Amino acid sequence: MLRHWLILSFGLVLIIIANLIILVPALILQRAIDGISHGADARALTLYALQIVGIAIVAGGFQFLSRFVVNSVARRVEYEMRRDLFRHFQRMDVAYFQERKIGDLVARATNDLSQVRQMLGPGIQNLANSTVAIIVTGIAMVTIDPRLTLYSLTVMPLMSVFFVLVSGSIHRRYRLVQDQFGEVSARAQENFSGIRVVKAYAQEQAELDGFNRINAEYVRRAISFARVNSLLWPAMYFISGLAVAVLLWRGGVDVITGRITLGRLVQFNTYLAALAWPMIALGWTVNLVQQGSASLSRITEVREAIPAIANAPEASPDAAPTRGEIEFRHVSFSYGERETLHDISIHVPAGSSLAIVGPTGAGKSTIVNLLARVYDVTSGAVLIDGHDVRDIPLEELRRAIGYVPQENFLFSLSIRENVGFGASDLTEEELARALDISQLANDVADFPDDVATMIGERGVTLSGGQKQRAGIARAIAKDPLILILDDSLSSVDTHTEAAILKRLRGVMEGRTSIVIAHRISTIKDLDQIVVLDEGRIVERGSHLALLALGGLYAGMYRRQLLAEEMEEDEPDIEASARSSLERDGARLSDTGREGEEG
Amino acid sequence: MAQSFFQDDEILGKAYDARLVRRIWEFVRPYKRQGSITLLVALLVVGDDLLAPFITQLAIDRYIAPTHPSAMSVADRMNGALLMGGLYLLTLAVGFGLRYSQTFALSVLGQRIMYDLRSSLFRHMQRLSLGFFDHNPVGRLMTRITNDVDAINDLFTSGSVALLTDLLTLVGIIIILFVENWQLALVVCLVIPPLAFATSRFQRVMREVFRAIRVRLARINANVAENIAGTQVVQLFNREDRNFGYFDDLNHDYYRTTLRSLTLFAAFLPVVNLFAAVATALIVRVGGGQTVAGLLSLGALVAFLQYTDRFFLPVRDLADRYTTLQSAMASSERIFRVLDEPVTIADPANPIPLTSVRGAVEFRDVWFSYNREEWVLKGVSFRIEPGESVAFVGATGAGKTSLISLMSRFYDVQRGEVLLDGVNVRDVAQADLRRHIGAVLQDPFIFAGTIASNIRLGESDISDERVREAARFVNAAGFIEQLPNGYDEVTRERGAGLSVGQKQLLAFARAIAFNPEVLLILDEATSSVDTATEALIQDALEKLMRGRTSIIIAHRLSTIRHVDRIIVLHKGRIVEQGSHDDLLARNGYYKRLYELQYAESVTGA
Repeated sequence: MLRHWLILSFGLVLIIIANLIILVPALILQRAIDGISHGADARALTLYALQIVGIAIVAGGFQFLSRFVVNSVARRVEYEMRRDLFRHFQRMDVAYFQERKIGDLVARATNDLSQVRQMLGPGIQNLANSTVAIIVTGIAMVTIDPRLTLYSLTVMPLMSVFFVLVSGSIHRRYRLVQDQFGEVSARAQENFSGIRVVKAYAQEQAELDGFNRINAEYVRRAISFARVNSLLWPAMYFISGLAVAVLLWRGGVDVITGRITLGRLVQFNTYLAALAWPMIALGWTVNLVQQGSASLSRITEVREAIPAIANAPEASPDAAPTRGEIEFRHVSFSYGERETLHDISIHVPAGSSLAIVGPTGAGKSTIVNLLARVYDVTSGAVLIDGHDVRDIPLEELRRAIGYVPQENFLFSLSIRENVGFGASDLTEEELARALDISQLANDVADFPDDVATMIGERGVTLSGGQKQRAGIARAIAKDPLILILDDSLSSVDTHTEAAILKRLRGVMEGRTSIVIAHRISTIKDLDQIVVLDEGRIVERGSHLALLALGGLYAGMYRRQLLAEEMEEDEPDIEASARSSLERDGARLSDTGREGEEG
Repeated sequence: MAQSFFQDDEILGKAYDARLVRRIWEFVRPYKRQGSITLLVALLVVGDDLLAPFITQLAIDRYIAPTHPSAMSVADRMNGALLMGGLYLLTLAVGFGLRYSQTFALSVLGQRIMYDLRSSLFRHMQRLSLGFFDHNPVGRLMTRITNDVDAINDLFTSGSVALLTDLLTLVGIIIILFVENWQLALVVCLVIPPLAFATSRFQRVMREVFRAIRVRLARINANVAENIAGTQVVQLFNREDRNFGYFDDLNHDYYRTTLRSLTLFAAFLPVVNLFAAVATALIVRVGGGQTVAGLLSLGALVAFLQYTDRFFLPVRDLADRYTTLQSAMASSERIFRVLDEPVTIADPANPIPLTSVRGAVEFRDVWFSYNREEWVLKGVSFRIEPGESVAFVGATGAGKTSLISLMSRFYDVQRGEVLLDGVNVRDVAQADLRRHIGAVLQDPFIFAGTIASNIRLGESDISDERVREAARFVNAAGFIEQLPNGYDEVTRERGAGLSVGQKQLLAFARAIAFNPEVLLILDEATSSVDTATEALIQDALEKLMRGRTSIIIAHRLSTIRHVDRIIVLHKGRIVEQGSHDDLLARNGYYKRLYELQYAESVTGA
């Protein structure tokens, strides 16, 4: 910060020097005109001409330096602000992004930032340049001829009055335009992301109408902005010209009466012309500053948001998870006004496994999100190895957890980098193992560049199932203390799922794991099963105990089995389950192979 | 991520490209009248501007310092000076009015054209096939419709017209100078060739640097968007620092490139000023000599100096104008590339109207590929009778989803044909076709709006009552009514705050609200809903399937027990079909799939 100010001050000094030098040519011109009117000789004229060019060279050097110095500071600041904004975004919690439009946030990191840079670079440079030019030229004029200066500069205060009148209005209107720009972006983004639905329901026309309404509002606001903004330039031009008109009259009279020479009048005229540009630039600068500060306030708004999830001051590395014992202690959680979890208490001993089942919207994902501190509890506490997760440094907490989120997000990186996303130096063996467990190895072998294949636009587009499997590989590659699978196999076909589950059993050994699933078959062998309904734990226990209870779980299981039996005449649930268990091992691998080759 | 750049964003703009200008002209044409008036006003502004030094010359030669001062009384000369001052003021006032009307009219014109451009882009994109959206990231498409359109706006407000007035000013000044004194004018014109040379050199280098900057900025923007969208994963995997490292490389690379452009920009103005000084020096030396010799009046000499000063003003702006033009050309190139994107899935010239649809679906030897390399469907033929329900089963990649997409004509088949009631889907208007096909897609997309608006979408014909009915039908009413504002509860972008299951139910309600008379297509839609809800949906489905041709895609065999027929797909071919019992008895691929499903249900994790 201080460095920027120092460089900026240096730039300012350069600007002052450059402007002082620029005063000189008008002086030479005055001498030349007066010389010419008294019949100067060729030698004198050549001397005047050479002086004019020489001064321009020196002034140009200073101009170049000052422009470069000031603008490079602006670029540097842009770089740093963008960097800080990115850092800030990285620290913000997931809920923050859910409540906002991504397109709008990106616009702030790009468009608004370049507006701020415009304000700082060309803005400051012009502001300084204009101010210095006006002051220096003004002083020079007063020194040479106070009376003539008074005549020609009386109109200048009009300029300030005018600024004060319009600048607030411009600022307000510009902000409205920018806000609507965000709306246009957001609407377009939504349409393009949801284009399948739009097309499937033949909503193209309705979407176009909706977009055009926003589009028209944007135009309306832009025109309202232009109505005031268009005044700036012409007004600057007018007011600076006004001074010349006065000079022509009063100065002309002074020449006629013999008070001043014609050369002096021309000199003054040159100074006024030299003032006109800074005056006009000042108007333009005001524009830049208006837009820049509107943009700056949009950025500041983002920067001032406080991440809801952050390291507590008392967070200590000593609290880092080592064993993986998890406890939910009277946990409640509200999302907005709605309470989605109510008084949840669960204890998961280190190395054991927990299954969470229950109907849609019961709060299953919320529970694991509280563990990973995607959100924080409203009341109660989540503990790992006896430490409240809020007292564990976030980095340590997340290092301990391998999470496969319900809605997966992969980056436009290579397969290798996506799988190794949480593991900084993944060996070939570890990579191969993760790909094998997640059953992605065969798919990857078919990709053009094997594990170096890029995901996304510049490479392959993964299917839903492949994405989920990549998500599993990514979590496994991290070799976490605690493994969380949140409905992670829903898009994977049945025999791939069977193969993944079989291999996952080895992975889960010695780790604490939490599995959320819709199908009980996925989780029935886990150590502990919790049944969630409307944010409350309604049942808990082992698979057999829950079946014996004959409640919600038993009902779910019965329905699933019934469905899966496909009208096969097999009334005894337990018997059918047992008999399947006896058959499954051999067939699983057989059919798996069939499926791949046949 | 670090390497993720978009070819499209690397278009190297020329400052003037006749082909593009003609395309832009199509959008200007409707406003020809307003445009011409604006141009006319711009001309008047130039004329008004050029009047000022002439008034000065008149004032000096007639009143202030006439060659024969004694010819006029001092009082008359003073009045003359006042008159000239007043005249000058008048040109200023006229200039102000003209300039304001021109600037404002130009802004309005620009905005109207922008509206049309955005609207055309959006409309065209609505007609493009899904293949287009598969290949173009959303961020890029957004840039087309926002930033690129804005860059063209600059072309109007600060580019083309300003450039034109600049040129007119330059030409006007040169003409005036020659009329005043052609010898002196010729001498002043000596600076023009080297000035032109320096300017064109500058532009050439600027163009390279400009391109480099744009490419880098596009990379930064893509990276920021991806990181915001993937925040949760970045945080859960402690990737902040490494992702920041990638980003910082991009950001720093951009910063370094901008410094290069800065050097050029900083140098340009002093160089132009130097040329202006040389011109002034030439006037003093040569013109001064002429004045001394009595060949040139003092007023004319002063006017010469003033005109020359004005000559260099537009030249100083040239750099900015050039950048504006170049960026507008690059943007328009990208915009027209989208507008020129052929509508591969187009409505026929004379679509066959679908009046009363019975719902017979037929695939006749259908071959289909997304990329023309790998066949997804290889000669698939089947016929589904009106009212019949059919389930497609098979492993991932068997081609099930493609079947659905072809039925809705999201893509066109390469060979064979898809028929609805014996009519090729290509011969029907898409909107007409899709009105009869209710589709629940894999991704239950939720729009920003309300619960109700997500069910009825843009169809105002769908009454509140029908929305509620649909929600009740698919058992979505339960969770909706528990929301604080019920059906008016605000939904955020992509349905944040709703569970996947809830979004799924909403998508069901949406399909049902549209009451597709004929077809209901469910694309593995039941996979993310829990067992209890799934049972309710099964129940709703059964009701729906009655009297409707239904196609169900499901990975879970358990969800298809109620269908009339099952078609088993394997690697793009139909391997078996028949009823569940028939297929089991056949002891083939389906039997193995089924048993695997059954075995897996007791394997556990």
